[in-house]
Amino acid sequence: MKLNIVAGGLTLPNPTILAAGILGTTGASLKRMASMGAGAVVTKSIGAEPKYGHPNPSLVKLECGCINAMGLPNPSYKEFLQELNVAREAGVRVIASIFGATEAEFKEVAQGLPGASAYELNVSCPHASGYGMQVGTDPALVRSTTKAVKGVVKAPVWVKLTPNVTDITSIGRAAQEGGADAVVAINTLKAMAIDVDSGYPILGNVRGGLSGPSIKPVAVRCVYDLYEALDIPVIGVGGISSWADAVEFMMAGAAAVEIGSAVYDDIGIFAAVSMGLSDYLDRKSIELTDLIGLSHRVVKHETYEC
Amino acid sequence: MRPMSAKIVSIIEETPTIRTFRLDMLDWFRSKPGQFVMAWVRGVDEVPMALSFDNGITVQRVGQATEAMFRLKEGDTLGIRGPFGNGWELVGDNILLVSGGIGSAPLAPLAEKAAAIGVQVTTLAGYRTKEEAHFEKRFKKCGKTLIATDDGSYGHKGLVTDLMRDIDLNTFTQIHSCGPEKMMHRVLGILDERKIAARSQFSLQRYMKCGIGVCGSCCMDPVGLRVCRDGPVFKGDDLLDSEFGKYARDASGRRIKI
Repeated sequence: MKLNIVAGGLTLPNPTILAAGILGTTGASLKRMASMGAGAVVTKSIGAEPKYGHPNPSLVKLECGCINAMGLPNPSYKEFLQELNVAREAGVRVIASIFGATEAEFKEVAQGLPGASAYELNVSCPHASGYGMQVGTDPALVRSTTKAVKGVVKAPVWVKLTPNVTDITSIGRAAQEGGADAVVAINTLKAMAIDVDSGYPILGNVRGGLSGPSIKPVAVRCVYDLYEALDIPVIGVGGISSWADAVEFMMAGAAAVEIGSAVYDDIGIFAAVSMGLSDYLDRKSIELTDLIGLSHRVVKHETYEC
Repeated sequence: MRPMSAKIVSIIEETPTIRTFRLDMLDWFRSKPGQFVMAWVRGVDEVPMALSFDNGITVQRVGQATEAMFRLKEGDTLGIRGPFGNGWELVGDNILLVSGGIGSAPLAPLAEKAAAIGVQVTTLAGYRTKEEAHFEKRFKKCGKTLIATDDGSYGHKGLVTDLMRDIDLNTFTQIHSCGPEKMMHRVLGILDERKIAARSQFSLQRYMKCGIGVCGSCCMDPVGLRVCRDGPVFKGDDLLDSEFGKYARDASGRRIKI
């Protein structure tokens, strides 16, 4: 079955997207991931000034997923533009992940990365003080930041949400009101790990965020809730490592999925998920779009029967 | 994996700026020459380190993390993740090693393991000056070893690549090199001139964060190969027409000229 789909204003050959912060520091790496099957790729989060990030360890694989506190290392948009162009000129759909401390900074970075297929606003990094989640937990800030970026770029604007809030739908609504073309859910869950031999927190930044299979049920719930609450598409992300995971996210309401930590086991994960998805659709004799939000329709149907 | 605690059982002062740390970790740790570990000095930083022994790393004092390592004493512990990366591939029965400075670290165990199974090993080792020479005994035990120093205080005066002129490079089944990138780039240039770049392997260094092929900090142009996972050892002909010898990226991802 065909896997091409329109999601969040982008036409994609398949619904798998490389997630932000994973193998997205260089144009060559973004190109490589697209050639491995990703329908689109999201860059490392880019800001206005170069940042070196937190001291290492900054990403460690635990028993149940990955814990990280990279600290938004990036070379600034001025330096990153050449990397974006390397991937773009190779025909790759590149989604620029951007962050800022202020609306003005978000606008500056978005305008400084012209030619991106879409912009993903990182208002959800759980461990960079003054950035990310400190914006993304405040609906008013999310609304105004989204509106500000929408005002200066023509390409679709996606807003990546943090699960570290009481009600993710209120933040999702704020993004929608600000004019977002899609929301992306979820970023990492606040987490930490301690070295039991020494008592030292393992991450250089002490606190960080959890990704990988252990957060998948949390992410599925967030996508389910957002699909119900919003009119704009939801892009699902969080612990996807197989075609079945992708199906699950799409049934919860995701129009496409982003894959991150699972590249640890297999950088060919995108092609693997696509093949599995295609086979699944063939077996079920349904189209990809039939999957999106399917669980909502099933549940409603049963409710009527009761 | 989480960092595993490894006790420092001995510290050997190789030169005024280089120390070897032997670690108590063989109960759980098996590696092959050319692989590396992420060595964590708790509360300071975690850095990639080539394995210079089955259970040891050899460290040059160059920055904050290595300064902190030099303050550690026998009985202290390091957090170790690994082994990571691909390691050297042994090809044929007559290998040449071209080492520059601390680039000796991943080459010395290769020399020993290869010699132990009957492979003929020839080593060209370059150092800045005589007092920085180290691992010479290890290399000599494994086969013919020629030394060069920048200032001529020991061995040939000049570059280690000068020594390549006097030997027939075509006789070697494989050429392995590790050292400063400018030096390795010269080695590759010489091999490429003789059309034998495909018979060489280089162990590279790039800024690393995760060490496990996820974060993308150490990706090389133009293919996007990850030094931590696809490397750190690369075939010479895969490095031709790459960023190798031209630039690398710093911790922010900015390109820095080599």
